[in-house]
Amino acid sequence: MNKTANINNVFDVSGRAMAAQMVRLNTIASNLANASAVAGSSEEAYRAVRPVFETKYAKNAALSGMSTIDTQGIVKLRREPEQVHMPEHPKADENGFIYTAAVSAEEEMVDMLDANRQYQNNIEVVTTVRALMMRTISMGK
Amino acid sequence: MQKIIDSLSLHASSLALRSRRNNILASNIANAATPHFKARDFNFEEALNKTQGKGTLAVTHSTHIISGNSITAELGYRQSLNPSYDGNTVELAVEQMEFSENVIRYQTSLEFLNRRISGLKSAIRGE
Repeated sequence: MNKTANINNVFDVSGRAMAAQMVRLNTIASNLANASAVAGSSEEAYRAVRPVFETKYAKNAALSGMSTIDTQGIVKLRREPEQVHMPEHPKADENGFIYTAAVSAEEEMVDMLDANRQYQNNIEVVTTVRALMMRTISMGK
Repeated sequence: MQKIIDSLSLHASSLALRSRRNNILASNIANAATPHFKARDFNFEEALNKTQGKGTLAVTHSTHIISGNSITAELGYRQSLNPSYDGNTVELAVEQMEFSENVIRYQTSLEFLNRRISGLKSAIRGE
């Protein structure tokens, strides 16, 4: 979907919202996948990523009140990885430390539930409005 | 012909406004996770009155014509019951309730229109 295209109907609104929630679910999947990754230095260690959402208003938003959501970018969380002393690890640095990914699995799971629910809500809206449109088309028959 | 339009216009405007409100509520639901987003809505009753030429616009002379018949609605901001920490005023439960109510009322207007149309049709056919 074109990022600069205008928002004309509920399909644009909910479609983009679902796309944004999908980005969120993808970042959560990446975070969870890397939750047990280790690195040889603090800089190389994985840090959890999060999407930044912003509201995107329709061109005639003052009249129509329509707005949807856009992913502005993905940011790395400023969290320090945990230092673990494990000299026998092949990735350990000269002091015998390895650095675990700065990901909180519990936090990611809660975020996943929320993203999942938001996604479902948007599907529900589209399904309902679509049914209404179909009924409106057959008006007077 | 004016009379036929008159018999349909109330529900037609109602349908247009309900559809617009659906779009606004869909936008609110879409933005449920955006920080600082303010939920919007409009007063349906007021907007419908306006389309029927019964707006709040005051007339000072009996020959003045009240300009109505426009499908416009003044948008407001919803007051949240439990303000959230990130400045977002969308409450999913509230929006979902409003949305489902709006959908039901849309269907009601549609049903009324259908009945009117079939009534007119049978009158035209003379059955």
